[in-house]
Amino acid sequence: MIHVNPDLTEFSYIVAVGLFILALKWLSSPATARRGVLAGEIGAALAVLTTFFNPTLVQYRWILVALIVGAIIGIPLGMVHMTAVPQRTALSHAFGALAAATIGIAEYYVRFPNLTRFGMTEISLEVIIGALSFTGSLIAAGKLQEFLPQRPITYKGQNIVSFCTLGAAIVIALIMIVEPGRFPALFPAMVIVSLLFGVMLVTPIGGADMPTVIALLNSYVGLSAALLGFVLDSKVLVVAGALDGSSGFILAVIMCKAMNRSFTNVLFGAFGQLQVSAAAAQEDRTVRSASPEEAAGILAASNSVIVIPGYGMAVAQAQHKVRELFDTLGKKGVDVRFAIHPVAGRMPGHMNVLLAEADIPYDKLIDMESANSDLPHTDVALIIGANDVTNPAAKTDQGSPIYGMPIIEADKARTVMVIKRSLSPGFAGIDNGLYYMDKTLMLFGDARAFVGDIVRELGGEGH
Amino acid sequence: MPQGFISNVYVFVLAGFVGFEVIRRVSPLLHTPLMSLTNALDAVVVVAAIIIAGRAETKVSVVLGAVAVAAAFSNMVGGFLITDRMLHMFKLSRRKKQ
Repeated sequence: MIHVNPDLTEFSYIVAVGLFILALKWLSSPATARRGVLAGEIGAALAVLTTFFNPTLVQYRWILVALIVGAIIGIPLGMVHMTAVPQRTALSHAFGALAAATIGIAEYYVRFPNLTRFGMTEISLEVIIGALSFTGSLIAAGKLQEFLPQRPITYKGQNIVSFCTLGAAIVIALIMIVEPGRFPALFPAMVIVSLLFGVMLVTPIGGADMPTVIALLNSYVGLSAALLGFVLDSKVLVVAGALDGSSGFILAVIMCKAMNRSFTNVLFGAFGQLQVSAAAAQEDRTVRSASPEEAAGILAASNSVIVIPGYGMAVAQAQHKVRELFDTLGKKGVDVRFAIHPVAGRMPGHMNVLLAEADIPYDKLIDMESANSDLPHTDVALIIGANDVTNPAAKTDQGSPIYGMPIIEADKARTVMVIKRSLSPGFAGIDNGLYYMDKTLMLFGDARAFVGDIVRELGGEGH
Repeated sequence: MPQGFISNVYVFVLAGFVGFEVIRRVSPLLHTPLMSLTNALDAVVVVAAIIIAGRAETKVSVVLGAVAVAAAFSNMVGGFLITDRMLHMFKLSRRKKQ
């Protein structure tokens, strides 16, 4: 085996890190983003290849077996359907955390009993965070895949039990830090308690909060990788972990803002409690409904349409029919755009990917701010599978559980159309006043079938 | 305090700032690919896993190292693959010349 000079190894790691930063920089625009992936791939390949020639390595067989196993797991996970990307992402957070935690555990046993207090502190912190992110991410993936119930699972005194569990892990760590060369039996106990805490952390969280949870777990995984870099004195890990951690953190903050939750609220797990709306006095309010024919007539006569999609659209598999509607109206000279709320979909940016997959050009996808400045002079706001993110109560009703959440102001458009199965309230269980407005037309039915009917009425079938 | 600690803190703080500034500019359109790409980049922990498994200091370190190699490498392969697939889907409107 040829061995590479350690300086050369460090140099190749520096090049890899530079390429990683470029990869993220090129993600600033869809036009350059694929170049970013290539930069990341070259950086990662360079780092892995030079590591292979590390002179301290004495066996390769199990590494090769593990690489093959990793590729066998990784390739199908890279090929999943776009609706399954959130659970795939949660699962990959679990793998990332598993890798970081197992390396930390291995390092403990390699060093034992020659551990310093400082080294023990680093290892304990790294392993606790890695282990809790591992099980937490697995639970998140299970919820998103619907192996586990979506609803929050809660019981009385939950927060106290959870915090005691985390406290137990910390106390065990402290004992080992004080006496680093003793009590090897405590180490597996710390790992098990941390794994348990990860389960407790995510189990009480409901499906609607998953975008925030995924982002938060992302930053934990990054943090554990960076801490591992401290343990092993490896700067490439410190940098990669810091990048991943800051990315997850930024996304978590964006998600929090989009749901009007404070960051401490999220960090301390008080979220996910099913919000029961103050049972609003249900006076008999009337709604206007319309047929596909009527809806088609109004859409064809308009100049501008803003579609507000929610995850319900993807559940109904309606995005391809929506693309047909987009094409048909486009041919008639109607300007159709899509307003994307930051929490539309099940992870940050998910709705954009679903629409891009349906071949809707990304320059037609607009964010909440631009949508809100354009909606007052838009002819039709067409809501498909979204609910709470359009609820005007978030702006007007101080008693509403979603009060203060930024919304897409569909109520400002000249006509509002809502495709919905029935008048049942949304995820948060809150009635939407938008449905009872005079300018609102309710289009009752399955989103995919209804949009298909509108397209047929517009004569766009079979093009 | 070990020798490398302070320089690692420097690197961590600076990388955190660079990450913050670069990622802040990532288009919100691409937040899902951002997450899968950072996942793939984070999978560079595979280098530490290779070293710990390859040094074969104890049986435990070989087993745990190999588990870490497989877990991290699956993220590296799958992360880059799905990021590229997603980005491939993002297209501009076709400019219609009529």
